Amino acid sequence: MKRLSEERTKILFEKLSKYIGTNVKQLIDRADGTYCFREHRDRVYYVSERILKLSECFSQKQFACVGTCFGKFSKTNKLKLHITALSFIAPYAQYKVWVKPSFEQQFLYGNHIPKSGLGRITENAAQYQGVVVYSMNDLPLGFGVLARSTTDCKSADPLTTVCFHQSDIGEYIRAEDSLF
Amino acid sequence: MGRKAEYSEKQKKGPGRKARKQGPPTFPKKSFAPLEVEDQKLSHRQKQRLVKRVQKKVVQKAKLKEKQAKGKQQVRKQKTYNSDSEPEDEVKKQQSSSDEEVPQLVPIPDIVKQKTIKGFTDENKDWLKLKKQQKKVLPKPEHESVDEDNSDEEEHSVGSDAEEDSEAELDSDSGNGFEADSDDEIEEEDSEDDGYDGTKVGKLDDLSDDDEDANSDDDFDVSDAETADSGENASDDDDDDDDDDKLPIERANKRLKKREAQEALLAEEEAQMAIDQQDVFKFPDENDEDESGLTLQEVQQRIKDVSLVLSDFKKYRQADRSRGEYIDLLRRDLCLYYSYNEFLMGKLMDMFPLTELMEYLEASEVPRPLTIRTNTLKTRRRDLAGALINRGVNLDPLGKWTKVGLVIFNSQVPLGATPEYLAGHYMIQGASSMLPVMALTPQEKERILDMCSAPGGKGSHIAAIMKNTGVLFANDSNRDRCNAIKANFHRLGIVNAVISCEDGTKFRNIISGFDRVLLDAPCTGTGVVSKDPSVKSTKSEVDVQRCYNLQRKLLLTAIDCTDAKSATGGYIVYSTCSVLPEENEWVIDYALKKRNVKLVPTGLDFGVDGFTKFRQHRFHPSLSLTKRYYPHTHNMDGFYVAKLKKFSNTIPLTKEQQEDDEKQLDEAIPTDQSTNVSNEDDAGAAEDTDKSSRKLLGKRAGKPNLTDIEAELKKKKLEQSKTKYVAKVFEKPIKVEKKPKANEPPVPPNLSTNGIQEKTKNIIDKKAKLKKNDVSALHTVLPAAVNGRGSNDKKQSAPAAQFNKKPSTPSHQYNKKQSTPPTKSNKGQKTLGAQSKKEQPAQLNRGQSPPAPQPKKDQPTPTIKSSKKELTPGAKSKKEQSTPSTQSGKTSKKSALVPKVKVNIDDLPILEGKPIKKQNLKHKSKQIGNLKKSKSGINAKPQTGNKQKFKNKK
Repeated sequence: MKRLSEERTKILFEKLSKYIGTNVKQLIDRADGTYCFREHRDRVYYVSERILKLSECFSQKQFACVGTCFGKFSKTNKLKLHITALSFIAPYAQYKVWVKPSFEQQFLYGNHIPKSGLGRITENAAQYQGVVVYSMNDLPLGFGVLARSTTDCKSADPLTTVCFHQSDIGEYIRAEDSLF
Repeated sequence: MGRKAEYSEKQKKGPGRKARKQGPPTFPKKSFAPLEVEDQKLSHRQKQRLVKRVQKKVVQKAKLKEKQAKGKQQVRKQKTYNSDSEPEDEVKKQQSSSDEEVPQLVPIPDIVKQKTIKGFTDENKDWLKLKKQQKKVLPKPEHESVDEDNSDEEEHSVGSDAEEDSEAELDSDSGNGFEADSDDEIEEEDSEDDGYDGTKVGKLDDLSDDDEDANSDDDFDVSDAETADSGENASDDDDDDDDDDKLPIERANKRLKKREAQEALLAEEEAQMAIDQQDVFKFPDENDEDESGLTLQEVQQRIKDVSLVLSDFKKYRQADRSRGEYIDLLRRDLCLYYSYNEFLMGKLMDMFPLTELMEYLEASEVPRPLTIRTNTLKTRRRDLAGALINRGVNLDPLGKWTKVGLVIFNSQVPLGATPEYLAGHYMIQGASSMLPVMALTPQEKERILDMCSAPGGKGSHIAAIMKNTGVLFANDSNRDRCNAIKANFHRLGIVNAVISCEDGTKFRNIISGFDRVLLDAPCTGTGVVSKDPSVKSTKSEVDVQRCYNLQRKLLLTAIDCTDAKSATGGYIVYSTCSVLPEENEWVIDYALKKRNVKLVPTGLDFGVDGFTKFRQHRFHPSLSLTKRYYPHTHNMDGFYVAKLKKFSNTIPLTKEQQEDDEKQLDEAIPTDQSTNVSNEDDAGAAEDTDKSSRKLLGKRAGKPNLTDIEAELKKKKLEQSKTKYVAKVFEKPIKVEKKPKANEPPVPPNLSTNGIQEKTKNIIDKKAKLKKNDVSALHTVLPAAVNGRGSNDKKQSAPAAQFNKKPSTPSHQYNKKQSTPPTKSNKGQKTLGAQSKKEQPAQLNRGQSPPAPQPKKDQPTPTIKSSKKELTPGAKSKKEQSTPSTQSGKTSKKSALVPKVKVNIDDLPILEGKPIKKQNLKHKSKQIGNLKKSKSGINAKPQTGNKQKFKNKK
């Protein structure tokens, strides 16, 4: 368990701000206590300082995880956000995409979202904007990146991809081994 | 709940694993009355026997006719003779009586019928029956009767030839008697037909035989109804007289009446038989080897029979069989039928009364209903139910006792992959798994420990109840299963958890002071047989023992981790998914004795109370506050829940521990005699007072055991022992017995004779150390020596470390080298070896001379050492090699030191163990008060240093 280096902190916040914009602040300034990011085996954990202190009694080896895992730094120092971060990204998301019920299952198997599967989309989203994907009954399913801006989407062919899949909750099952 | 799903259960298409679990279990309440024999199919042999029997009957009838022809008077004569032979007859009959019932109920093959019926009509009987039947009768009777008896036997012992043979021999021995029997039977038939003598009433068996005949005859009549006149042998004789002057219809009427009367009689007898004999279960022979040949139905039948016998043992037992034999048989059959192993079945039979046992076993075969738990952090049960119903799931609330459980009847989608599941709205979890958490009643903002957490079902339940406040420590010793906890916790949105994979038994050293602890201990899983049927056959006594030992350790740890002074808590909940008392009541009972805890009500309003006694064991009466759950009574997995409250943080010393302490002190003190004589009196006195007062104190659980005076005394003793210990360390030789010494060189006389010589002391100690090291560490020395490295560096050189990693063969090689005569060569290793060899005998001698007990000191040593050295791979490998015993710990420590000594080997005295000094000092300072034997020889200089250290510390 160690603090994130300057560089990595920067990478992390840049990444987060792609999805939640300025709401990153909300993650740090919280009314219910001090929260912080910590790194353990290249994975970034987001946890209350109170709990963090208690977790320090475990040795590096036996310690498994505390709080919420946000993602993992690759060897090239790139951060890959895990689906586990969704519970903190979703409430603050600025741009959202809703998928039709018929496409829900498809998305959960890791497919990109075509125009035909798109139910709703936030206005004014630019291309390559990070978005959170919801089902039509507002269940967060994952996140991704828009392949087209909102305006382009409207005129797009039904089969063109409008949103690239990045992560979905199906990974809890599909990628249980690599997630943690 | 507004349900849109159809109620009609749909037939599953495929045999999917999940699909099979869906249906709600039904428990057929079967009565264990024996099935009617008709159910059984006849084996080939039985059929053969049946044919024989029928043939024999025909023969008998023929005889009968013959007799009738001879006239009544002769019959009378025969009767008197008959009554004489009765006793013998009866004995035989009683044994086989129940068996002879069997053929009655079995349809007789057509061929046989035709044979027997052929040609018997009123018209031709005069001339036909006598001749034909006589022919048959005459040659046969002897072996017929034998055959019959054989066949009777065979019914019990199907296929055991040897036995059959022996029986046959017996029969042939008494062959004459049997002949007589068969005759008797025939006579009786006569008499019965004539009007049934009152004298014969007692011989039900014989009657039954007759009835059989009659029955079979009747059957024939019915089947051949077209020929109205077809012969009824039984009524023939009567008809003979009257036939001529009566109308056919009258005759028919008469016959009918007669038949009715016979049937009534028959029914009466049958009823009688039913009472007397039908239920009597015949115990199979021990030396039957045809167990494997039994079909499952037969086994089931036998189970029912035996359980009936056991239900009213006095009435149904066989006189020569004990209850134990019946129970053994039942156990074997149950094991076979339900594929349990004998051990587990024996345990279950001890636990349950017979009827309940059957219910339990039946229920254990059926899977429990699939249940899910709503994750209240993300949704509500009603919303979840609605969402799932929309997906075509048929569900209902689990019960009144829970507000988060749902039971799934059937589902069109896999429940483990719905978007709701992936979004963490629910957890698939057995109903029983919610119980311990409900018993724990977590409060918000508490610190709670879940000791054996994987896969996180109960842990996440706790976190949900805490609403993500406070801290939840989820621990599991298995790293792979830890991943399951992580995945589930993340999916369910739990953010207040710390997940670790420590060994649960060591948790008290890591963190304690929890408000509540949930211990869902690893167990044999005898309660979840329906989930994992392999438990039935794989678990043995040893497994159970292993489990409950671990459970005890874990429970004590759990109790130690709990804070009794917690404002809101101080509770421990212990649960297992086993039904065995060894893993439940025993463990709790043990904890009650060992720690300051008491049982409190679990807060669960259903379930069976825990045992307060089980067979010869008597548990604490408060164990009735614990709860047990069984598949057959609660339709959930077999489970056990106990809730403990810790009322004091002190750990009561048991008497044994106290005595051990005393012993240690006592042992330490007398050895002091030489050094501090003045203190001895005090010590002795202290001892006495201690002993007397402590025994009383031992009962005061939770209180400090020593008064101030005693504490002072104890301190004194400790000090004494410490000082003594220092002295000892100086003198004490290393324990050498452990080392394999095949060939020792002749001992230098001066060394062997003089136990401790001041002059040689230094050298000896040095050598002794080397000696100690040689097993584990000499090979590490080798490369260093060869390289001619300077040995002053405390850390091991890298090559040496690598060398160390290799298996310990080098040491052996080294030992071989030792056998060569020592020469003072430049090669350090050889000289070392030689020296150490020489040293051994001396050490041995010295080892005997000093008083045995020494203060314990070496325990901490290895740990400190190892921790120091951990960073270097060499030390690690050494650590691994060395066994955990203190001795080996010592050696490892030594081995670390060796290189130093080694390099300067040419001038040993100069070295004087200086490198050792520092480390030893540290050890000793930490070892204060730790009284254990140390076997290390340490030089004089370090000693003094140590002494000072101790004093300072004091």
